[in-house]
Order: sequence, then structure tokens, then C-alpha cells
Amino acid sequence: MAVVTSAAGAPHRYLQAQTRWGVIEIMFWIATLAPFVLFPSYLVLMSQIAITALFALSLDLILGYAGLVSLGHAAYFGIGAYTAGLISKAGWGEPLSGLLIAALAAGLFGYVTSFIVVRFRHLALIMITLGLGLMLVEAANSASWLTGGADGLQGVKMWPLFGHIQFDLYGYAAYTYSLIVLFLVFLAMRRLTNSPFGLSLRGIRENAVRMPAVGAPSLSRLRTIYTISAVIAGVAGALLAQTTETVSLETLGFQRSADLLVMLILGGTGRLYGGMLGAVIYMVARDQFSGINPQYWYFWMGLLLVAVVIFLPNGMLGGLARLISRWRSAS
Amino acid sequence: MLATHGLDKRFGSLVVAAGIELAIPKGARYALIGPNGAGKTTLINLVTGMVQPDSGRIVLDGEDITGLEPAMRVKRGLVRTFQINTLFPNLSPLEAVTLAVCERHGDAGTWWRSLPTYEQAIEEAYGILTMLVLGADCNRPTRQLAYGQQRLLEIALALASKPKVLLLDEPAAGVPKDESGELFKAVAGISSDITVLFIEHDMDVVFRFATRIIVMVAGRILVEGAPEQIASDPRVREVYLGRAHHG
Repeated sequence: MAVVTSAAGAPHRYLQAQTRWGVIEIMFWIATLAPFVLFPSYLVLMSQIAITALFALSLDLILGYAGLVSLGHAAYFGIGAYTAGLISKAGWGEPLSGLLIAALAAGLFGYVTSFIVVRFRHLALIMITLGLGLMLVEAANSASWLTGGADGLQGVKMWPLFGHIQFDLYGYAAYTYSLIVLFLVFLAMRRLTNSPFGLSLRGIRENAVRMPAVGAPSLSRLRTIYTISAVIAGVAGALLAQTTETVSLETLGFQRSADLLVMLILGGTGRLYGGMLGAVIYMVARDQFSGINPQYWYFWMGLLLVAVVIFLPNGMLGGLARLISRWRSAS
Repeated sequence: MLATHGLDKRFGSLVVAAGIELAIPKGARYALIGPNGAGKTTLINLVTGMVQPDSGRIVLDGEDITGLEPAMRVKRGLVRTFQINTLFPNLSPLEAVTLAVCERHGDAGTWWRSLPTYEQAIEEAYGILTMLVLGADCNRPTRQLAYGQQRLLEIALALASKPKVLLLDEPAAGVPKDESGELFKAVAGISSDITVLFIEHDMDVVFRFATRIIVMVAGRILVEGAPEQIASDPRVREVYLGRAHHG
């Protein structure tokens, strides 16, 4: 076993090394540019993957770092999507300001609900987030004068990005736009998770009883991260609404919340990249398997999920990290 | 420094604290002893705010803190350790103690600055860990530490909050007697500015460290006094020899 000792006099060096950009990380982000060259006909799918990855990132913040599990996170995604769609329908199609307003709306709902959510854990928390999600779907369904109900929101029309770049049929602008937003949010969240605040979230996850005994106001910290997570989910939803120019009830639905949890578990929680990797695997698998057999493709997803949970309890990235550390200590 | 007035607590019909009066002066070393179930840990829970008293007041440094949240009491210098390890299994000791230092400095809500830039806080945390001979293992996950090391980390975490009053709940609980030396060296090394109240079953340790001893039985303070008084008190002998306590 590799015992890591800190060099005397510079204990912060070891912590610093952990927050440094790794080669694999840089390669990952370079690889996100590859589709422009390698699969230009898949850019629409890639844009949806980037949006889903952003959504997964938002869940990882509360589940992977703070230990709050949710089966209703699509609520914030859907609010972002509907807000962005409605603003455009009302005649304001400027994407960036629309994104901002959608983020605010989702964040506001996140902040309000956080007062209930952070008081619970485990099964109770799953049920509460599930219940909130279900309520929102039906509220949106019944308010069909506003949302279009089961038919979805029609008539969303986006203006060009920065007044010049038109959203095109091939997803070129959509993927560029989604990828840039994903990357910027990722940078901010990478900083957040490496900050004292991020450390205190991990503290809450690791031992909620100890936190007050070190003087930490756990509940207000949890409310903060829950709100931030809702904002990011809202941004992801808004991106989907803006790039597809339609919003359906499905954006709020239970299936989306459940799929999101599946992606995060597949990829691995508490590493930011886990959710993104999960999103890639899930979306590509859906695209490929549903091409072979559109009815039964969930079978393979289920199989993969069971296998990962049994053999890689920390997800695929967790398994990979273990492999790398074993390889390093052996060499 | 720390005082309680008429502290009462019942769990249903079980009286766990009845009329508890404490008056602990600054820098004192108080031992809290008594048979299992006497209410020693409950008293710590009451004083730190983890359990709310039914009635009574708690005063720290002249200020009434009875209604304060546990975290706010810690900020005012009332800090505890736990009898059962209450640590962060997947954080390293350096991360855990740095977290406690950042909380004390009011930096732990900051999300836009990277943790390694808080060199002073990390340095301070490392200093505490070195003092408690955890320096060499400070970057391993806590769950990998030996049990005795985890007991030391309990104390390190408490010291990181710069306590004025430190409540140690059986610091050596579960550590074999011949291995507890390191722990009691750490306890003995605690600055004399800090007021210490500790729960301990080992009478050798109690008589070695305590300047005053409080004996609790069935939720009440039976007697409080200097070690030699306690040693010769017939009621205490009764309790510890078990004659009066079968009922």
C-alpha cells in the first residue's frame, strides 16, 4: 500500500497537487472538440449529450459532494426549459439573457424548496424530491394555457447567438453553445469543489453529526449548494429548450430524474467527471441500442446498471481511479 | 468559565439530568466520573446543545448560551469530542482539521478560492496534527488510520476550533490500557488556558489529571471535590463498590 507522507514544511503542496489539472482531464476536454471533425453528422446528439452532462453535473454537486439524493431533479431542469421557452414565445428570443432568466427562475424554486429538502436524508429525501417532481409535472400539465400541456410548448423561436450565429439544422451552433456553457459551468464548479466550501460539503456528506461540533452551519451550506444545483439544472433545461426550440412535459418528468440518477451512478459520484461520463455512455447507448430495437433498449441499460453497482460500487470512474492507483503503486 | 444552573432532562420517565449545577473555573481540569448510565455523556450533550434541557441554564464565560445552536457554541469556544469516533472517514486528517480551522476563521463558506491557497490554515492544521503525532499520516483517508490514531484525531479536530472549554468524552475509550499513553500525553499537553472537563473510567488517569472530580449517579451530581476528598468519600466508595447501586 502506498503511504503518502507530506513533505515537512509544505503540507499544502499535497492538497495543491490534488487540485492540479491532470493529463486525462485535459484530454477529455480536447476530445469534446473531436465531434466537430470526426462526427459532424452527430452534432445534434452531441449537443444533447453536453446538456445532459451539465444536468448530471448539477446532481453530482448535491449527491456526490453533499450527500443529498434526489429523484426529482428534473423539476429544476424543466423550470429552466419552460422559462427559456416562454420568454422566447413572449417575443424575447435572445439566448444568453434567456439562459440567465431561466437560471434565476430555477434557482428561485431551488432556494424555496431547499428549506424543506435539506432537513431530510435517505428514503424520506427521495420521497420528498419525487413528490415535488410529480407535483410540478401535473401543475405544468394542468396549466396548459401557459405550457401547452401534453402537446408541449410550441412556437419557441431563438434569435442568433450574439446577434450573428444562427442555430442551424446540423447542430453546429447548438453544440458549440452547449459545450461552452458546460465548460464554463464546469470550471466554476471545479473551483467550488476544491474550495473550503466544497470541503465543508464533503464534511457534511461524511459525517453530518460532527459538522456542528466543528462549528459548521450545515443546513445553510446545504441550502446554498441545493440552490446552486437547481440553477445549473435550470441552465441545462434552458439550453435544451433553446437548441431544440420546443419544450415538452417530459423535461419535468420522473423518467428524466431517474435517468439522471442512473447516469451519475454509472459514471461515479463525487468526481464531477462521473456524471459527464455517465451522460455520454447513456446517451450514446440510447442512440445505438434504440436504433437496433427501439422497444427494448432499456434492458441493456438495466443490465449495465446492475453490473456496475455490483462490480464497480464507485462507478466507472471510481473503478478507473482504483486501477490507476494500483498501477502507480505497483510501478 | 462554564456553569450550569438547575439543568433538568428526562427521556420519558427516565431522569437523565436533575438539578445539575456546575461551576468550572478557567483553566481547571475536571473529571466527570460515575457508573454507566449515570448521565455523563448526556450532560455533555446538554451543555453543547446537542440535546435541549427541559429546564435550567447554561452559562459560558458569563454569557447565557442555553438557546444557542451547537455550532454557535463551538464558535464561542465550547468544544467537545465524542466517545464513539465521530470523524470523516473519507477525508484525510489534514483535510478534516483544515476544515475545522477554516470554520473557525469563517472561511468555510467561500467557494471561489481554492483550498490550497489557505496556506496559513493548512499550516495550522498540520501543526496540530504534528503535535498529536499524526503528521506522517495526515494525507491518508481517515478510515485507514489505526483506531488509536482516530482517537487522537478526535482531539485534534476539537483543538482546531481553539476551545476555551474542552469537553472530552472518554478520550481513550476502546484503546487498550497499555496503548493509551499517547492519548493521555496529548490530554496532558493541552494548554493550561483551556478549561477541560473529561469523562473517564480509569481511576489512575482521573487521579493523575484531574484537579477536581465530579461524581454523577442516576442523573444527579452525587459529590464534587478535590481528588483526595473523593477518594475518601464513603458515598463514592459505595457507588464504586456496588453496594448501593443495585436497584
